[in-house]
Amino acid sequence: MKKSITIAMLLAAGTMALAALPAVGQASGVQKSHAARAASATPQAPAPSRMPRYRFENFTTANGLPDNHVFAVLVDGDRIWAGTENGLGLYEDGKWKTYTTKDGLAHRAVLSLALDKRTGDVWAGTMAGLSRVSGGRIDSYTQLNSGLSNDVVYGVSVGGENVWVATAAGGCRLDIRTGQWSLYNERNTPMVEIWAYAVSATPTKVYFGIWGSGVLEYDQKTGRWDKYDDPDGENEIVLFKDQGLIHEIVTSVSFVDNILWAATYFGDSRYDGRYWHNFLTKDSGLPSNFTNFVKGVDGKRAWFGTDKGLAYYDGVNWVVYRHSLKDGKPEMTVRDAQGKVTPVAVTTAPAHNYVLGIDFQGDDIWVATAKGLSHGIRQQP
Amino acid sequence: MRSRIQTAVGTGLAALAVGLLAAAFFAGRPVHANAGDHEDYASPLEVLLSADGARLYVLCQQAEEVRVLDSASYAVIKNIAVGRVPRGFSLSPDGARLFVANSWDDTLSVIDTQTLVVTATWPVGAEPSSVVEDRAGKHLFVANRISNDVAVLDAQTGAEEKRLLAGRGSSYLTLSPDGGKVYATHIYPNPRPNRSELDNRMPPESEITVIDTARAVVADRMPLHAVAGVFHVAVSVDGRLGAVAEYHPKNLVPLAHLEHGGAFADTLTLFGADVGLQVEVPLDELERYAAQPFGVAIAPDKSRIYVTCGGSEMVTVIDVPKLLRFIHTRPHPASGSFAQDLSASSNYVVARIPVGHNPRGLTLARDGRRLFVANRLEDTISVIDTRTDRVASTIPMEGPKTVSVRRHGEQTFYTARQSFQGQIGCASCHIDSTFDGITWDLEPDGFGRDIVDNKMLEDIKDTEPYKWNGGNPDIPTECGPRTEKYFWRSEQYDNRTLADLAVYIRNLPPRPNRWRLPHGELTPAQERGQALFTRTVDKFGKPISEYNRCSYCHSGPKGTNQKLFDVGTRKGTDNSGLLKSAPLTEIGLTAPYLHDGSARTLEEIWTVYNPDDKHGRTNDLTKDELNDLIEYLRTR
Repeated sequence: MKKSITIAMLLAAGTMALAALPAVGQASGVQKSHAARAASATPQAPAPSRMPRYRFENFTTANGLPDNHVFAVLVDGDRIWAGTENGLGLYEDGKWKTYTTKDGLAHRAVLSLALDKRTGDVWAGTMAGLSRVSGGRIDSYTQLNSGLSNDVVYGVSVGGENVWVATAAGGCRLDIRTGQWSLYNERNTPMVEIWAYAVSATPTKVYFGIWGSGVLEYDQKTGRWDKYDDPDGENEIVLFKDQGLIHEIVTSVSFVDNILWAATYFGDSRYDGRYWHNFLTKDSGLPSNFTNFVKGVDGKRAWFGTDKGLAYYDGVNWVVYRHSLKDGKPEMTVRDAQGKVTPVAVTTAPAHNYVLGIDFQGDDIWVATAKGLSHGIRQQP
Repeated sequence: MRSRIQTAVGTGLAALAVGLLAAAFFAGRPVHANAGDHEDYASPLEVLLSADGARLYVLCQQAEEVRVLDSASYAVIKNIAVGRVPRGFSLSPDGARLFVANSWDDTLSVIDTQTLVVTATWPVGAEPSSVVEDRAGKHLFVANRISNDVAVLDAQTGAEEKRLLAGRGSSYLTLSPDGGKVYATHIYPNPRPNRSELDNRMPPESEITVIDTARAVVADRMPLHAVAGVFHVAVSVDGRLGAVAEYHPKNLVPLAHLEHGGAFADTLTLFGADVGLQVEVPLDELERYAAQPFGVAIAPDKSRIYVTCGGSEMVTVIDVPKLLRFIHTRPHPASGSFAQDLSASSNYVVARIPVGHNPRGLTLARDGRRLFVANRLEDTISVIDTRTDRVASTIPMEGPKTVSVRRHGEQTFYTARQSFQGQIGCASCHIDSTFDGITWDLEPDGFGRDIVDNKMLEDIKDTEPYKWNGGNPDIPTECGPRTEKYFWRSEQYDNRTLADLAVYIRNLPPRPNRWRLPHGELTPAQERGQALFTRTVDKFGKPISEYNRCSYCHSGPKGTNQKLFDVGTRKGTDNSGLLKSAPLTEIGLTAPYLHDGSARTLEEIWTVYNPDDKHGRTNDLTKDELNDLIEYLRTR
């Protein structure tokens, strides 16, 4: 992140210390404007004033979104892709374009999205196959016409020349140079259940989130698999805090800066390769243990999409953005390290509290929800 | 070793000799070599002029050399050995380097144009066929025919950075005059996106892939509807007019109407600001077809477009103002194409210049006065005076002066002169002696009956009988009376020509298999697949009958026991369910599959079209086991 913050800018802002204040949605390559905005706050300020504030602009079918049920969102520069229940939407130059099965999309319901940053190709996991969107052309892979293990594609991630896929019948890897498919299931991995729900690929490790079978780790160098389970098995109790993965039903994984973030329907976990740290509503600012999505900003910070709102964790403090569970009005609450919860006055909130996907656009955030897509525009403190 | 300096006199004598040879051949009296004679032909495929116009570079595919000639005297300066079966080359924008795509050893040769020495050989993707460098000298773009992509390489080190999805059979690249775009074309139609009952009877779809050179990403895909086989693109100096040479097959009607112009339209698709809406225009005229258009050049002053027509052995000359007048005064067709209008080309084609056998690449001198044309199967370069539209001189390439059996067979394979009105040749459907990726309705089996997928020709020796239904016992029968009567609808081959054609086809070598590891080793997945291929019991321990084992019907080195079987794929339009077991040679390349092309991929053969296990016992396999089987099949 700091790469693009010039010395001159920092001096102009008045203090070097301000550079340590991160933009919330950017692990690296932050634009200059981020630093300038960060510089107007101070690290010593109370937590509520330091937490990112957004003005949420919401998209629905009323203003061109293909469908209000949005499973996934993906930012590609100025272009926004939305995986909805009724087509793949592309927001560009202020307009929505919808790709459907008539364009070659494998199925109308798009569950997951991934960007090949090198080529600009977008990979879309759907209810009936995997689609590759390249320069406006869509090629689709199904269990009938390709080596894809199953048509229900919950998760997709691009790592170099490989596309990793989480399906209802295990994981897959497509080598896009050779066209070779490799399937991963109970026969060749420690996977107990084969309902793969999420995948996060990096040059070193690939993580699969498995429904009922914890987290699977693939080492890109050695080709070996490892497995992380809830030490309490499928019991929905936690005997010893931070003993291991919080639960076996893993819905989302995000591996960034060598830190694994894992979301489950019964709380969330952070793993640094040695120690686990778990998050539950009872001992953190997480708005709900029922978590659909997690996206790490870096090793310290992450965003969570739950059934009761959007949450941000900066390593110490928690922020929740949602419609109030009491009166439905937009609310933003900040929970500090001491557990003190402070409301912050806001006039907007994400389109719906049921959050299914998150991506970052510079300082801004895009949020896929059960009733619309939201663009969180970062506000000056 | 092949370098020699020719004197002008020597060149002239050689030109005279080759001219006499060519004249003899055109007169139907080729000077034949004996069957065992060597075949060290040059086979010039592409030509380029240096930036200063002083040198003519000739890419000789069979000799596997770049031959450097003085463009004034045509004297040979040097012959430079490159890799296996080079298919494309280009100069760097500064002219300092010449890049050669060696299609059979998957390398690029980098030649220093000052020293004329190969300074580097870089490994690239599967079957590189064309290469261009961007203006900034940052990236090289390489079209890979087998992997269907365009690789982006660091122009200084050759390190591959990424690959961009291109059309199927990605082959030819052109840098736009402003350097901002690369236009990429492909020789086989793209896969059909969705499966339906009519899949094998849908028009082919192709594209021009437009690459943004600054970002090195695909910026656009220009659709080419009903086109299968797209070759060179040319763009005018001002960037306002683009033209691409292509085949427009009429494969949805029975191949029985050559007399009605019924097999192919040979066309250009035009694009750019001068054109407005993209439009397809035919090169053909009744009785004057322009079979197998390949190379395109646009005059510097944009007065003419020149198109080599490999099957018609000529260069078609188009008057650009007349062409633009035609497309702007006629109502724009709803299909975007004038391809069906055989009267159209008389409005803009102003000359058809006979050249040598199988003309391919061409290049214009900077002043536009000389046009150089590579006659691949005649080992000559035709030099056309563009003011008179006549061949002013013919440059012979160093090589044999006799026409060998195979060379004669290859000439016969590519020429369209044998067919009615010179409409088509074998190579119209068997592009570069392979296949075309589409299905046809051939007359011998009855109109609307026995729709058949076009097959690969490489390595078909000793796999008779031929045809999907095994109806032809040998190649002379396949290529002789049947072809003459039903395809060419013309006179018979003489015995020698038919024999030579058969020898050429029987000896087409298979290209290197890219799925095989060196030294014949198999990957773990391929080994598992091989075990499934040869198994005799199913996963439940039940014996698999001999006739239902992969390795029985697809036995032997070429994967066929040459017998007929009913594998349960008969359609209502098929006369019989009995089909010859297909050879497996290069099976990974030749989609679609099954006799009628109904399976878009290898997987679909078993996931869709084998419900009763008649096409081998496969329904006991898990998905990963089927993947293993396919991985093995691709090594065949």
